[in-house]
Amino acid sequence: MNTETYPSTSACNPWVAHVALVTEVRPEIDSVATFRLRFRDQEIARQYRFRPGQFNMLYLPSCGESAISHSGPSDQSGEDFWHTVRFVGRVTDSIAKLQVGDQLGVRGPFGTAWPLETCRGRDVIIMSGGLGLAPLRPLIYALVAERHAFRRVVLLHGARTPDTILYRDEIASWRNQGIEVELTVDRADSAWDGNVGVVPLLLDRLAQLKPAETEVVSCGPEIMMHYSAVSALARGVPETSIWMSMERNMQCAAGLCGHCQWGPWFVCKDGPVFRYDKIRSLLKVRDL
Amino acid sequence: MNPTNDSLGAESAAAWLPRTSLQALLDLLRTEGYQVIGPRIDQGAIVYAPLERAEDLPLGWSDEQAPGLYRLKKRDDQAAFGYVVGPHSWKRYLFPPQTDLMRSKHSNDGWEMSSIEPTAERYAFLGVRACELAAMDVQDRVFISPMFTDELYRRRREEALVIAVNCTSAASTCFCTSMGTGPRCRSGFDLALTELSAGFVLEIGSALGRRLVEQLTLAPLTFEHEEAATAARQQAVDQMKKSLDREHVQATLKHRLNHERWDEVAERCLSCANCTMVCPTCFCSSVDDVTNLVDEEVIRQRRWDSCFNFDFSHISGGSVRDQTRSRYRQWLTHKLTHWVDQFGTSGCVGCGRCITWCPVGIDLTEEARILCEEPVTREEGPA
Repeated sequence: MNTETYPSTSACNPWVAHVALVTEVRPEIDSVATFRLRFRDQEIARQYRFRPGQFNMLYLPSCGESAISHSGPSDQSGEDFWHTVRFVGRVTDSIAKLQVGDQLGVRGPFGTAWPLETCRGRDVIIMSGGLGLAPLRPLIYALVAERHAFRRVVLLHGARTPDTILYRDEIASWRNQGIEVELTVDRADSAWDGNVGVVPLLLDRLAQLKPAETEVVSCGPEIMMHYSAVSALARGVPETSIWMSMERNMQCAAGLCGHCQWGPWFVCKDGPVFRYDKIRSLLKVRDL
Repeated sequence: MNPTNDSLGAESAAAWLPRTSLQALLDLLRTEGYQVIGPRIDQGAIVYAPLERAEDLPLGWSDEQAPGLYRLKKRDDQAAFGYVVGPHSWKRYLFPPQTDLMRSKHSNDGWEMSSIEPTAERYAFLGVRACELAAMDVQDRVFISPMFTDELYRRRREEALVIAVNCTSAASTCFCTSMGTGPRCRSGFDLALTELSAGFVLEIGSALGRRLVEQLTLAPLTFEHEEAATAARQQAVDQMKKSLDREHVQATLKHRLNHERWDEVAERCLSCANCTMVCPTCFCSSVDDVTNLVDEEVIRQRRWDSCFNFDFSHISGGSVRDQTRSRYRQWLTHKLTHWVDQFGTSGCVGCGRCITWCPVGIDLTEEARILCEEPVTREEGPA
């Protein structure tokens, strides 16, 4: 199991948040924005580190807390960290109202990371659906930053419609940084001349796949990740080279509150990034 | 009965505590700065609450228990610990039902967030049963770990003095013998009592326990005391009728996630969460904000929660476990098999509370037996 993590800023007492300031709000697609945050305490800001795939708990006093993955670069010591948030509930609807200079509480980082070290010297296929691209973006930044350390890098991304493709302008720039990109949508519009269909189909069709030399990472709806794994296995990728990031209710992020349990795992501390062979049997069970 | 199995290790010493000295023990504990928590009758049940006098104990009372049934019953003696277990467990003192975790104060500069330091309660627990000692050991593994530790739990646990009581009877819902947790208290206590009509056989389990009893007027233990205590403890073993095939269930239940029995039990289960509230090992909680009227101070507050509550597994797409079937499955599989993967021990100690306090009398030993009746097939494979 991948346990590449940094000690949390909340290591001693996982419940205590630290105040962070909003330094920038960047609207993305409809009902989604990226917030750049920085700890108000300079010492905490300087010491804060995370690894791609980890998440923070974002806290608005008197409103509540929400587990949100990092979506920005992980190598920026003392700098801002980014969270891309979809406004879908009580807490995230309030986060939507935050403006530059506003404050919120942050606890973290928590959870396991994408297997960056394992990917070195290998092909990397990134499969994402909808907002699932956000937790993968720190990994993409890390791959781009050391592009020479990895072989083929492919992004297979799907969205419901062309206007819900997250980071669309940035995706275009990744093509120029040595990443092959295939996009697909569930429903095309008149301007769309790309793929239509689900993300796993892109993997089925991917040419020159070298299964023994590939790591597949995926993030998106559970059903999409499940079938991404099915496609990867069908192409001969071993179970131990498939990784996915799970979502469950999280309240403590430290394995103490019980909400995120999934079979034998606590998604908050044993995940969110799991290697497929550890969770294969669980993915097949409804409502687990 | 086998005296070698019944006796504790050579390092422990035993003495005789006359019944009349029980008050002296309580006084000593208070002098030593402990708040004594022990069994008391409240609203028709024996619960764990602060004690001051020996007369606060449920003298002469027993409890009758069966699936979905709990009644106090008068005994024909004045036994102080002549009941089995009630709806409370010690977790309500080590892991309180409601705890303040963090404070956010609003000022001109914005928010100030700080932890709320746990209050240093110093408890003496009087009347801890063997299954409850086991339950404390289980929760130690949950709340105290190298990665994250619940500070309130750790402090209270380290401070707590444990006076155990060996069961001399068993309820119809008890199955600690098959879980390997009781009824004999073997470790994890400072002092342990076995109640006889004239007094208590007192065993010392720690240096602290030894220091305490040195301040009490004790009598030497006679052969007759020892013999009577052994017989009394054996009575609890003999009365135990329920059992759970622990290792078989641990190995098998994780392969039964799609068993039809989950549908059947969901027809009866009310998803009321009683079983998780009375369980001495269940540890799930939720966190909410409590605010003053002007939003200037917000307290982050943790409360017991249950995997039986509908919104427990809520994520943006809705509740993951949106049916009673999946919630009961989560509880039972976690308790009896996945707990072992997580913490190296079963989450069940065989106390039987979940059976007694289930309004419809669902019996987990029976459910586990039916779910695990068939041996693991080739298709189900290894874990």
